[in-house]
Amino acid sequence: MSTLEVLPQEVTNPVEPFLRTERIPHIWCPGCGIGTTVNSFARALLETRMDLDKVVVVSGIGCTGRVAGYVELDSFHTTHGRAIPFATGLKLANPSLTVVVYSGDGDLSAIGGNHLIHAARRNIDIKVICVNNFIYAMTGGQSGPTTPLTATTSTSPYGAYEPSFNLPQLADAAGAVYVARWTAFHVRQMTRSMSEVLKKKGFCFIETLSPCPTLYERRNKLGEGLDTMRHYKEKSKVRNGAPTSEVALGMRDDIIVGKFVDRERPDYSELLHHQMITQLGDKYVEAPACSCG
Amino acid sequence: MAKGRVAIVAERCKGCGFCVEFCPTKVLALSSTYNSKGYHPPEIIALDKCSGCDLCGMYCPDFAIYGWKVTDEKPNKAVAAR
Amino acid sequence: MKNPTRQLQHADPAGVLTGTHFLDGDHACCEGALAAGARFAAGYPITPSTEVVERFALRIPKVGGTFIQMEDELAASITLLGAVWGGAKAFTVTSGPGFSLMMEHIGYAAMTETPCVFVNVQRGGPSTGLPTLPAQGDMMQARWGSHGDYEMIALCPNSPQECFDLTIHAFNLSERFRTPVMFMMDECVGHMTEKVVIPPADQIGIYPRRHAVRPPGEHLNFEPDEDLVPAMAHAGEGYRFHVTGLTHDERGYPAMNPETQDRLVRRLVNKIRMAAEELVQVEEEGIEGADVVVVSYGITSRVAQKAIELAREKGLKVGKLRLLTVWPFPAAKIRALARGIRAFVVPELNMGQIVNEVERAAGGAARTYGVPHAGGTVHRPEAILNVIEEAAR
Repeated sequence: MSTLEVLPQEVTNPVEPFLRTERIPHIWCPGCGIGTTVNSFARALLETRMDLDKVVVVSGIGCTGRVAGYVELDSFHTTHGRAIPFATGLKLANPSLTVVVYSGDGDLSAIGGNHLIHAARRNIDIKVICVNNFIYAMTGGQSGPTTPLTATTSTSPYGAYEPSFNLPQLADAAGAVYVARWTAFHVRQMTRSMSEVLKKKGFCFIETLSPCPTLYERRNKLGEGLDTMRHYKEKSKVRNGAPTSEVALGMRDDIIVGKFVDRERPDYSELLHHQMITQLGDKYVEAPACSCG
Repeated sequence: MAKGRVAIVAERCKGCGFCVEFCPTKVLALSSTYNSKGYHPPEIIALDKCSGCDLCGMYCPDFAIYGWKVTDEKPNKAVAAR
Repeated sequence: MKNPTRQLQHADPAGVLTGTHFLDGDHACCEGALAAGARFAAGYPITPSTEVVERFALRIPKVGGTFIQMEDELAASITLLGAVWGGAKAFTVTSGPGFSLMMEHIGYAAMTETPCVFVNVQRGGPSTGLPTLPAQGDMMQARWGSHGDYEMIALCPNSPQECFDLTIHAFNLSERFRTPVMFMMDECVGHMTEKVVIPPADQIGIYPRRHAVRPPGEHLNFEPDEDLVPAMAHAGEGYRFHVTGLTHDERGYPAMNPETQDRLVRRLVNKIRMAAEELVQVEEEGIEGADVVVVSYGITSRVAQKAIELAREKGLKVGKLRLLTVWPFPAAKIRALARGIRAFVVPELNMGQIVNEVERAAGGAARTYGVPHAGGTVHRPEAILNVIEEAAR
């Protein structure tokens, strides 16, 4: 390595204050993109100048489920698939919180798929960041609802033949007010989208594709994490506003990325409030800010 | 003259090469040395080209590198992060 | 309940429907939850428990709080846990199949020490079973249903009045021990309508949340007090804490090694076990000089009462022991009684669950007779009487 010198006092990694540095290095493999998405998330928190005491990260189970353990925020590592309903309770009990659900594709769209669509339908004011690596990585690379057709996984040894979910279309159809897709290559755009959803009311959904070199890429002979990042660079086409029905992913097809949906719709709390005021008038008592002493 | 500098936390690095690949001015290369985990962290090969854009920092999945812009005329050097 | 660390507070009058009412057990349970300070419920419709949350949905907008009907019991049983960490007192309500779906989150609540109440209005099973008819077949599931080791608190009311009183007690215990509490009703008690007296708010004692007293930086969410129960901070208060279902240290950080596992699991179990003598509530009558003691709980205790009276008319010396607390099991009480009697008779609306606990606790000092029943209705008093007579011989 080159000659090293001591850093000037004023220079530190800008993401450092957002991390539980005592827990790093994290568990993610070399070439995995989850850490890159967390890097973007930290930068979004920095950019938006959020009150970090009021931002909460809720994760499910899996590789991305470990994000909650690395962010220097109130953070909850919940059960498999149930980050969204946990986040729903948290947000409704304390509406002053900004609640971010940070989890993987299997956690959110398979075991947690029911909660994903219902939270979107209700327009619960939570922000969902879904890292999609096309596979159940933590358990050893099994196929899931996002595994592309023909991909080999440990439970589809002869190639996947189930059709996969197009997650932006699913979130869009269920009622999300913000839907975007980026990849771990699109760090600036991903950061911008994260910043936007932190400031937007309602159910927001960002899918971000990530390499899983250890399981998905290796088994499909797609090289290292870096090769997948190059693939994202080559194959991604930015189409902001694209109809989500046109953004399905294939094994090696073009990857349509962009902000697909950004619309306004009253969120759950507004709808509740409106209905209660209409029906009960001044007999309606709004839920107080919770405190159990 | 370099407009930026870059710091590397070698012990956090897992050698993925994202920073090397996506540096717009090709400041970095993976070094031949190992950190204590057996990974090759990046090193600076083109001291004068760094713009301080911090794209390396944005790509790094391990929070092991970051760049910043400098205003003085000091030449770029790799620095050891605290 | 003796309170080792904190004074009970008065109930918030906003949730207390003071007066004399004619209520069924489900509605009384809801009023108990409101009186206890529950301001958040998440539920999913299931017979015969739904009336609890139906009433909550009606009442809560005028009290101030939240009811949300979730997409399934998996969601309901963790939405309430999110609400608790957001600062609310929260509960959920279910029956049979829904209770089965909630098991993972009962374990998560135990592991993360989230104070909350799960109400189970028991119906006939297994599976869909008898949705509208009673049973007591979930007593062991309440104790052991989630995987891994933990200790459980479960209460069994036998009247609408107790549905009110013991629901408050369930919340108080959950807050005191930072643990989920199972409130084990049954279809009969849930749908039985009787007089329920709700006292003024200042006569209802509420155990307040064991909230962090030290400031951020000095408080750890899983560092126990002397009674092995830690204090908790809520999200959004600046503590920047972590909560996980993984084996964790006092900070809440994952620490997956045998030493941390041993320390954590022993504490989760012991914080309740070491207080078991004190927190167990039973009702006893006619125990002195009895040859036979009938051990019962929930709706079955009311049939047992009739059987005991019939047996006494026949000259038998029969005592009554009613379990208000089923878990932790009143083993010491049974052990002590066993030395002075001939036999226990244990009627229950299942094929034999608590009877085995009684037999275990008796340790051979007295015989134990079950009166099993598959559910769908209650026992006939004569069925219990027959076994009392056999046991007395």
